[in-house]
Amino acid sequence: MTLLAAEGLQINFGGIRALDGVSFDVEPGQVFTIIGPNGAGKTTIFNLISRIYDSTAGRLTFAGEDITSVPPHEIARRGIARTFQNIELFEHATVLQNLLLGRHGHRRTRFVEELLFLPRVRQHELSHREAVEKVIEFLDLQPHRDSLIANLSYGARKVVEMARALCTEPKLLLLDEPSSGLSVEETEGMAFWIQDIRSLLGITVLMVEHNMSLVGTVSDRVLALNYGRPIAIGTAREVQEHPDVIKAYLGG
Amino acid sequence: MRFVFKTTYGQDLGLFRDAVQRNWYVALLLGLILLPRLVPAYLNDISLVFIYGLCGLSLMVLAGYTGLVSLGHAAFLGVGAYAHVYFTQTLGLPWIVSVALAAVLTAAAGVLVGLPALRMTGVYLTIATLAFALIIQEVFARWEPVTGGLKGRAVDKPVVFGFKMGSDVAFYFLCLVFLAGGIWLTANLLRSPTGRAWVAIRDSEIAAQSMGVNLAVYKTMAFAYSAALMGLGGALFAHRIGFLAPDIFSVLLSIQFLLMVVVGGLGSLHGALFGAVFVALLPVAISQARDTVPAGLGQIAAVFGKGAGDATFVAADRFVKQPGLEPGIFGLILVLFILFEPLGIYGRWLKIRIFFSTFPLYKHATFRRQKTYMRSERLR
Repeated sequence: MTLLAAEGLQINFGGIRALDGVSFDVEPGQVFTIIGPNGAGKTTIFNLISRIYDSTAGRLTFAGEDITSVPPHEIARRGIARTFQNIELFEHATVLQNLLLGRHGHRRTRFVEELLFLPRVRQHELSHREAVEKVIEFLDLQPHRDSLIANLSYGARKVVEMARALCTEPKLLLLDEPSSGLSVEETEGMAFWIQDIRSLLGITVLMVEHNMSLVGTVSDRVLALNYGRPIAIGTAREVQEHPDVIKAYLGG
Repeated sequence: MRFVFKTTYGQDLGLFRDAVQRNWYVALLLGLILLPRLVPAYLNDISLVFIYGLCGLSLMVLAGYTGLVSLGHAAFLGVGAYAHVYFTQTLGLPWIVSVALAAVLTAAAGVLVGLPALRMTGVYLTIATLAFALIIQEVFARWEPVTGGLKGRAVDKPVVFGFKMGSDVAFYFLCLVFLAGGIWLTANLLRSPTGRAWVAIRDSEIAAQSMGVNLAVYKTMAFAYSAALMGLGGALFAHRIGFLAPDIFSVLLSIQFLLMVVVGGLGSLHGALFGAVFVALLPVAISQARDTVPAGLGQIAAVFGKGAGDATFVAADRFVKQPGLEPGIFGLILVLFILFEPLGIYGRWLKIRIFFSTFPLYKHATFRRQKTYMRSERLR
């Protein structure tokens, strides 16, 4: 069964058609990568899936349900988590608080209970904390647990953002350029983590990425976009050798 | 330097970091209980500090934690005050019921302002709240059967559970209880999912939304809770000033509340309370200075001869009796804080504390931010 299906996605920004007839299927357990030159519409696809933009036409189906018009905050509850290209962490909070916010979709306490901090709230907070600690363990974030985001290095922030997405216990993880701004070693570490997320946690990954060695290492399927249109789909090798893709990147 | 070793996750959920910190707060509470014996002359001023403390908490939740700056909070204070007076004196409801109803009514007013505010951000929201405050002030002036209109309305002393709280000491403790309760409730919210969602909205709306935070619900909730605290403050404020008139709840008062959270330090409950102490006691200090400074300066200048002494006295006396002195000083202090101590009094307090706890090793760079990566940082 297909986990995420996009059919004929289309979006216009004024007179510009940013996406035009993009269709693809993400199977459970896959690492699916979207590549393309700058401005090809890769992040726009992410913003459509997380419902920050409304599509002009087309349909998105997640786990058999139509998500084309659910409100944005519902997306996390359905099991889709994402990271951002330019890192959107809560910078005046600690790493721990950021990760706990990832548990927001699992909130089961009411306002009045929280106002009085009843034992039930404490109990739920402890269980959220345990879930968060598992992610901290998984991504080796122990040294940063209590540091403010503002004091972390760029690489550490990337990991924290991925951790926050994992804390929502997603079925599908959207990674927007996980290796941008990382050193060669950090990128290799990122590749291992993506593989572990897929194989150990069983989470399907949809990512946008420019680094072709990372794409080649981890992806099962690759979609290449140019000017909002899909130009090739297949394994990393097939797409890289596709004449249209070479043309899009190198011109000609 | 003391290091707190954590052995259970529950330790991070406590209101206090450890037993030492808790004992300091207990000591502070004991000090406040003994205070009426130490400074009986200033009890009324200190009660105002407590009431402003509630107002500070209220605006801190909205501006400091949720990132929604309001210039209309004096209107919420007014709604709470007038509602409470109407409920107790016109309808004859019991005091505690009336206070609760006033808080609920103010929270409803908060929702009313919060709803259109969902579509506005930043300075536009601030202007909308300002407009709301002006409208409400007009309502206070025109709705005579309830508010007494421009003639105003006298407020009786509070009668709580049959006890007449006529004395300053009783009122002092009443305010203290309300402030402590307000701090406790707010601290509870801030360590629960609701508080985290507010902070998330402040720092990145788009990320908060992607993590499942319903922006509309949580922003409205922040408005409602903030307004409810303001309503409680308003009920006490009515008794404190003893007479309600529309011009009390002016924009200037809203600006004072904003000043309170900025000077105190945005994003901390301590800041709200430090700010309240500052804003409530500054006028007291200014009026003290009015009485003593010209004479003092005159005496110093008299060293250079009687003529110089008299001239200095007259000049200083004219200066301190200028009508706009108080708002002028408030404004000057706000500007200086934003320029030199954006973290407010609480930030300064942290720096002093860290200076002593790390004594010979304190480095200035501890509070300096060197790296800017994120969108919102670049905009700053």
